[in-house]
Amino acid sequence: MWIYQKKLEFPVEITNPDLRMGRMLMAQYGGPDSELSAGARYLTQRFSMPDDRVRATLNDIGTEELAHWEIIGVMIQQSMRGATLAELEEAGLLGYYTLHNHGVFPADPNGIPFTASYIQCTGDPITDITFDLAAEQGARATYEHLMNLTDSEEYLAPLRFLRAREIVHYQRFGECLNILKELFPNGDQNKLRR
Amino acid sequence: MDREELLRRISEIQFVCVELNLYIDTHPDDAAALSDYYSYSVMLNELIGSYEQQFGPLLGFGHSATMTGSWPCSEWPFE
Repeated sequence: MWIYQKKLEFPVEITNPDLRMGRMLMAQYGGPDSELSAGARYLTQRFSMPDDRVRATLNDIGTEELAHWEIIGVMIQQSMRGATLAELEEAGLLGYYTLHNHGVFPADPNGIPFTASYIQCTGDPITDITFDLAAEQGARATYEHLMNLTDSEEYLAPLRFLRAREIVHYQRFGECLNILKELFPNGDQNKLRR
Repeated sequence: MDREELLRRISEIQFVCVELNLYIDTHPDDAAALSDYYSYSVMLNELIGSYEQQFGPLLGFGHSATMTGSWPCSEWPFE
């Protein structure tokens, strides 16, 4: 079960909206290494994890990712708020507007909709955690690309926070990988009884 | 503390709790971390309790016992 807390994990207040940034932030809302992909992936993978520590890590990082997904959603919403036709056209968002108006839809900046194949669950604990390590690096890199696109502190402060979280998650997943390697020293985690 | 200041303080202490929680997930026997987590959890609960008595519920589904304010009509983070 989840309990909603009526506040953001990190404050967002965009008073000078940049629609172009709003569009690029969709990378982290509905893209392959988005917060949505990460949250859904970890909360899915935890079911087949054979160790309490790894279960706990996926459960809790997955939960934190949902809070990050919310932060990105608020940043997109505040960037699009009140956007005019001319501004939408300039940001290349006319197609987006036609389908979604000012709604916040999980697609990437190029309009490719979120897909379940981003979630990845092989059921092999070592493969899944290895994938997660790469995904955290992918998300960190995407945040760095986003930070290169703006000089606005209103965007940079939450992006800096989110980038730092990817690094901590990567650290925790590295510990999970070591735990699993100790648990399966012979690499027989996929043994199937006949 | 006014509402905004109290909310910021809650976020700060909550962040410490999130960090310690994730650390304890992979280090469940680390006594120093467990003790820190306990102290910060007590602090967080006190701050949230104090916020909710003055400004209304922060949590849904029965996790905020307060008669102050309104769950649906207090400010949403995405309004």
